[in-house]
This record gives sequence, C-alpha cells and structure tokens, in this order.
Amino acid sequence: MPIELRMPALSPTMTEGNLARWLKKEGEHISAGEVIAEIETDKATMEVEAADDGTLGKIVVAEGSEGVPVNTVIGLLLEDGEDASELQSFKAAAPAPTPAEQKPPDEVPASAQTAAAPAAAASASRPAPRAGNGADSGRIFASPLAKRMASQAGLDLAALQGSGPRGRIVKADIERALKEGLPAAAPAAAEARPPLEAPAAPQPVAPPPAAPVAPPAAAYIEIPLTNMRKVIARRLTESKQTVPHFYLSMDCALDALLALRKELNERPGADYKLSVNDFVIKAAALALRKVPAANVSFGGDKIYQYHDIDVGVAVAIPDGLVTPVIRRADQKGLAAISGEMRDLSARARDPGGMKLKPEEYQGGSLSISNLGMYGVREFAAVINPPQASILAVGAGEQRPVVRDGALAIATIMTATLSIDHRAVDGALGAKLLEAFKGYIEEPLAMLL
Amino acid sequence: MAQHEFDLVVVGGGPGGYVAAIRAAQLKMKVAVVERDLLGGICLNWGCIPTKALLRSAEIYGLMHHLADFGFKADNIGYDFDKVIKRSRNVANQLNRGVTHLLRKNKVQVFFGEGRLDGKGTVAVAKDGKDTESIKAQHIILATGARARTLPGLEPDGEHIWTYKEAMVPKSMPKSVLVVGSGAIGTEFASFYDHLGADVTIVEILDRVLPVEDEEISAFTRKQLEKRGLKIETGAKVAELKAANGVVTGRIEPNGGEPRTFEVDRVVLAVGITGNVEQLGLEGTRVKVEKGHVVVDEWLRTGEPGVYAIGDLVGAPWLAHKASHEGVVCVERIKGLNDVHPLDVTKVPACTYCTPQVASVGLTEKAAKEQGHEVKVGRFPYIGNGKAIALGETEGLVKTVFDAKTGELLGAHMVGAEVTELIQGFVIARQMEATELDLMHTIFPHPTLSETMHESVLDAYGQVIHI
Repeated sequence: MPIELRMPALSPTMTEGNLARWLKKEGEHISAGEVIAEIETDKATMEVEAADDGTLGKIVVAEGSEGVPVNTVIGLLLEDGEDASELQSFKAAAPAPTPAEQKPPDEVPASAQTAAAPAAAASASRPAPRAGNGADSGRIFASPLAKRMASQAGLDLAALQGSGPRGRIVKADIERALKEGLPAAAPAAAEARPPLEAPAAPQPVAPPPAAPVAPPAAAYIEIPLTNMRKVIARRLTESKQTVPHFYLSMDCALDALLALRKELNERPGADYKLSVNDFVIKAAALALRKVPAANVSFGGDKIYQYHDIDVGVAVAIPDGLVTPVIRRADQKGLAAISGEMRDLSARARDPGGMKLKPEEYQGGSLSISNLGMYGVREFAAVINPPQASILAVGAGEQRPVVRDGALAIATIMTATLSIDHRAVDGALGAKLLEAFKGYIEEPLAMLL
Repeated sequence: MAQHEFDLVVVGGGPGGYVAAIRAAQLKMKVAVVERDLLGGICLNWGCIPTKALLRSAEIYGLMHHLADFGFKADNIGYDFDKVIKRSRNVANQLNRGVTHLLRKNKVQVFFGEGRLDGKGTVAVAKDGKDTESIKAQHIILATGARARTLPGLEPDGEHIWTYKEAMVPKSMPKSVLVVGSGAIGTEFASFYDHLGADVTIVEILDRVLPVEDEEISAFTRKQLEKRGLKIETGAKVAELKAANGVVTGRIEPNGGEPRTFEVDRVVLAVGITGNVEQLGLEGTRVKVEKGHVVVDEWLRTGEPGVYAIGDLVGAPWLAHKASHEGVVCVERIKGLNDVHPLDVTKVPACTYCTPQVASVGLTEKAAKEQGHEVKVGRFPYIGNGKAIALGETEGLVKTVFDAKTGELLGAHMVGAEVTELIQGFVIARQMEATELDLMHTIFPHPTLSETMHESVLDAYGQVIHI
C-alpha cells in the first residue's frame, strides 16, 4: 500500500491551505526528513517534510492549488520495493482524521508557557471526534466490553465520547457516563490535556463542545427521526439562528367578517363552505399586494421582490407539518381559495403519506400559521426561509373592547407577524399588518 | 567539570531508563542517560535475562533425566557447572552490547557515573566520588531501579548467604540450598538449583508459595514443585542466619509450631526489593519517598516540577516490562501526545519461570470477588490438550475469571509448560476489552497449548469441549 501524504495542519487553527510548490517530482526518491513541498497559509509559508523513505509515486494535488483542506491526500509515496501499479488501487478518500501524533501541539519550550495555553485551548475547541471519529461514516468505535455495558445500561453509544485509542469508547467511558450521567463533558477535557512541557502554566478550560446530551440511562425510549423531522429540525434551527426575527401584533375585530362569511355560506346553492382561514389567506394576499415592498425574500447580497403573491399555509400532519402554497392568492376568489386549500390539506394528510409535490409547498414570501382552532389566543411563529414573514393567527374570541369611550363586546382575533429584519423593517412590516387588519375588519373590500 | 545541556536526562540505564531515552529520541528530544554500572540494568545483566539462560540449562538437564520417555538412551548424564554459568554471562553480555548499540543508533548520549539531582533542572554525575559532569535538562527521569531487600538477622554475606546476584554466579554447585521467600525470584532459583540436583528448601512467611498469584495456581504449583522433590515450608520465618565453616545455620520458626534449626550449604535471600532512593540528591527537593520508593502520580510526576520517576524505583509490580511501559508513558506525556494512558496494573502480565511456569494477568478469583464482582470461572487442565500430551508436559492448568454480568475477562491465571509465552493472548484480550464472546469466537490453532486458553473460556460458560 502506498503511503498517503496528507495536507498537514501547520497550526492548531489551520483548516485549509494552498499547495504552493512541489519540491519533488513524481518518481523521485525521498528520504525521511526531506522537504517535499511548500504549503502556504494565510499567515506563512511552511515546508512539509517526508515522514518516511520512498519514491514519490503520484502527485494528487497539483502545485498552485488553493484552499486544500487539511488532511486531504496530496500525494502518494511508494515504499521501497513497491511497484507503481500499487498506485492504481488508491482511491481518493475524504480527509481522514489526523494521525494521533500530529494532533497535539509539539514540544513547547518552558519559556513559551503563554504560547502553550492558546494551543491547548484551540485543540480543546476542535470539534470532538464524536464517538471516535467514526460518526461521519456511521461507525462507532467501541470495545466489545463497552458495547455490551452500554446495551445493558441502555446507553446510546453515539452520545458518548471515547477516551481510548483514537477515540475508541472503552469501559472507563461507560462507567463515567453511568456515574456522571453526562457523557460528553469529561472525556473532551481529558482529550485536550496540554503537554507537560509547561507544567506551571495555568490552562484555560475550554467549554466542552455542545453535543446532544443523553438523559440518564433508561429514563427514555428512543424515537428515530423521520426525514420530515430531520428537515424541520434543520430548517427551523437555521431560521432561528440566522434570520433576525422581529414581531408585530394587532387585534383584529372579526364581527363583520363572521357576518359576511355566514351570509356567503348560507347563500342558496352555495357549493363551498368558507372558513375564517380562507378569509385570512385572502386578506394576507391582498395586504401583500397593497404593500409590495413586503412581498420579498432576503437573498444574501440582494433582495428578491416577487411579481406574484403566493401565500403558504401551515398544515399539521401526523408526523410533522407542511406548508402548501396558494399561488396568486390575491387574484383568486374566496371560493377558489377555499376549494384549493381543502384539496391541498387533504393530500397533505393523506393516510398513505404526504401526497404533495415539491412545487406545491415551495416558494412564497409569507406563510400563515393558524392555531385559533386549538384555542390559542396569540403566538409568534418561526419564519420558514427563504420567506420573509409568517403570520401567526390566534382564536377569534369575544373580548371586551372600548369603542367611542364605552365598553363593548367584540369578536377579536390577534394576529402576530414574524418578520425577517434583513428584508423588511419595522415600519414596513407595520404597514403590511395594518393592511391585513383593514381587510379582515372590512371584508367587503376583499371582494372588490 | 564538563557542562552539558539536554532536553531530557534519564538517570539509570535499565529497561525503564533506556526505553524512555529511546522513545524520547524518537520524538526528537536531545537525550542523555546516566548509568553507574552496566547499560540494560539489573534486568539484562543480573536479572530477567541471565536467569532465563540458567533456567534453560536447568530445563534441558531436567529433560535429559527423562530421555527414556522419548525413546533416547544416554549414560553418564552430567553438566559442567562453570559452562552453565558462563553461558548465562555471555547471554547477558551480548544483550548489554545490544543496548549500547541501540542508544548510539538513537543518538542518546551515555554518561557513566553516579547521577544525582543537583539543583533545579540539573543532574550531576560523579565518578569515584568526584563530580565529572553537570547536565542541565528541562526534564529529568529517575529510573535507578531497586535492589534486594534485607531484613534484620537475614543479611547477605556474599559468600554463603546470597541475594539473587551471588546466586547467579556461584563458584561451585552447592549440595543444599535454602531459599527464603517464594516470590518469582525465590521460586526461580529454587527451581534452578533443584534441577541441577541440589537439595532445596523454600521457606515462605505467608501461607502459600507465589502469594500474589491466584490461590488455585499457588496450590497447583506447590504440588508440582513438591512432586519434583523440593521441600516447601509456608507460614514460617527464618531467623538467626550464621555462616561458619563453609555452611550456613539458622532457625525455621513455623507459625505456631516448634522452631527447629537447619544447616545448609547456601541460603538465597529473596524477601522483596527496595528502591534505590539513596544518593539521588532528593534531599531538599519536593520529591517524596515512602517505604523505600519514590512517590509519583499517574503520569509518573514526582512532587518536584520537571522530575519524574519510573520503574522499580516507584514500586510494585517490580517488573521490567512495567518499567519500560512507564518510561514510554512518561515521555509521551511530556511531549503531549494524544492517546497516552496511565498504566493500568490489571493489564500488566506477570511471569515466573520455574518448572512448571506460572503466568497471569488481571484479578485473581478472590480479588475479583472482594471487589464485588459476581464471577464466572473457567478451568482447563493440560492433560486435556493434545499438544501437551505430545510434548510430555501434561501438568498444567488455565484458569479464567469473568465478570458474570458484563463478560469482561477480569483475570487469567496459568501454570504449565510455556505459559509465559501464552499469557499475552489474554493480555491483549484485556487491553482490547474483549468479552467472553470475542474469546469464544476466536479460532485457536490446533494442535497447540493455546487451545487450553480457549477451552478455559468455554468452560466458564459451560461450553468446554475436550473435558
């Protein structure tokens, strides 16, 4: 087997570098310790020494290559006696975990105690080799004894960190997890221990990486994630972490809308049954038409302002939720919206599994989430990127209101708009919500 | 006085010190070793190696008395005692030269003389009481080993009352030998002198021979030794040794029994060892000494920053391979390598080269139970093994101790031919944290003595085949 020459990490923080120059040609003999290539980082140019004797069999990454990730195979070294045909068996592999001996900061002179500390901290904050560097490929390295002890105790090996050779999970890790109930923290600290070269230096303790922490043994059952749950988790985490939300709330009087709805639904020969939500969809669409600057999404270095007004509607389904989109809702009549919504929800909730096509739940600049039917008074929803806003609709309920200086009773629905501040500012958002409220409170305007 | 500077200086060139030095050199440190006598230390020059050479001779001589069993005829079987001893010395010398070469190859500089701490980060080397070198180093590893312990009334005289050292190079073959202490050293010398025809008595203060081994193994070994003609007295003390007129007299005092006097040609004292902590310049430093050994933490650090200690100097088990391993752990920790782990005593194998050999790793059955393990125990005798019968070595026993709940191999205990070569299989199993299933699913070659190991595991789970 040819020896793989890998992109070295020249500092604890280096993640990639440029392969500036090869100092050896293919077929050239190399002795251990000889400089074979030069690597450039943003900070410096460094020489790469060969660790073994042999012949440079193949240059995998050409000189002048930029942004080569640490640990990428950059060349292949044939050991003495190996034939070039050995090279053919080589398949480009993903960057492998760094060989153990290269990981830690190398010998640090005692006088450089301060230098030792940041290096140690950096290695501590290095993403922990979850379950012994095998998590990416799905394989968890654990000793036979550790596997059995984990299964007896109902511990999830994936939640543990190994302290054995190359991050292997061993008996001691299981015992620690059982004792402390916190599998992630302690081994991470142990792994990052500094060399003794600087015995007196105080070592900053880096916080352990935030890894999902398993509850104490046997206090739970495991429910595997469905694909939909994975998507929900990923997208909404991304949304809350990257989209700066702000929230606007308004109370909307529903009495006129309810009266109109009743009237329309009771028309002789009506082949539709309008819901309050159908009105909400229509009102939101019309509000976007009235405030086109809010019919947008944030595109990194630009803002997309849409021609069409497409409104998403969150639909709860057995193992998650989906947001089908009513296209051009501003141009559709209430009956059409109602019929379309009924069809979309029915297919979303199909007992045989969600039957919507991707184009039926993608796009739009705004979604509506209505939890009024569950008695929720008001709430704030998480934006579904790349949309710029989501309207959270609470229950219509009779509340005391003050009208012309006198107390009165009205049916009120609170609507809360969550907005991506990168695309829509407060005043614009307020205009959108005000327009929405206007249509809800004067529903006849929707029919114009 | 010559001044030097190194990254690391190791005081003591035994199996702890020279291995630490080579590992450090591999890790690109500039390394010096200070040795007062011979590179390779006691192990190579006066311990493990030359005794194995002696025992090989003894074993062959023992076999020669059973030549007829194998279909051979020979008369006038005898030996040249000087040649037996000389061979042992040659073996030691050859290996001593080997270590010298290894250190040179790794560019480790060797200073001969007595090393001692001489102020912070400095080791002074003295020859014939005069300081010759002063070596500065950021890291200092003390690896000065240990020597035979002596007890009041049991002092060696070097002529008739021996320690291991004199017992290894006798001028003539004694007719009768009394060995005080039945640890590995005492039992090996007893076995050696018995093979060569001496009248040998072992006196042990505890209630069994090889007292650190599993009780069953102790009992089995005792029976085998006695079958060969060795006399064994346990639970007894030896007192008032006196050498006069070419013989040694003394008293055996059995626990609660009648004391009696004895007269033998030679006495071998093997009552334990004590660390070489003297003249190391430890006074005034923060290096702590307790019960004749330097106190260290799990990374072999003494109380004095930059000063480490390894091997026999820091205490039991007094084994060369333990010292070497500590040397590597200590150096790799100094360099901050990943995947360095403190030594786990329950993964250190122990071997005794008497006939039959004894080897073990991990917890004895008794210790396992005392630690609260519910155990499953397997046993397999050599008599059930084809290879053992073919070799004519049918006396042996392999015992395995498992945790009943987890299947962890807690300990393995073996007595019989070549068990010192076999134990490593169980050591790997412990190191890799194998369970009984891994051992059961392992294929052992047939016909070999190693099959007894497999069968012992199977026996612990009621699946033994050949018994």
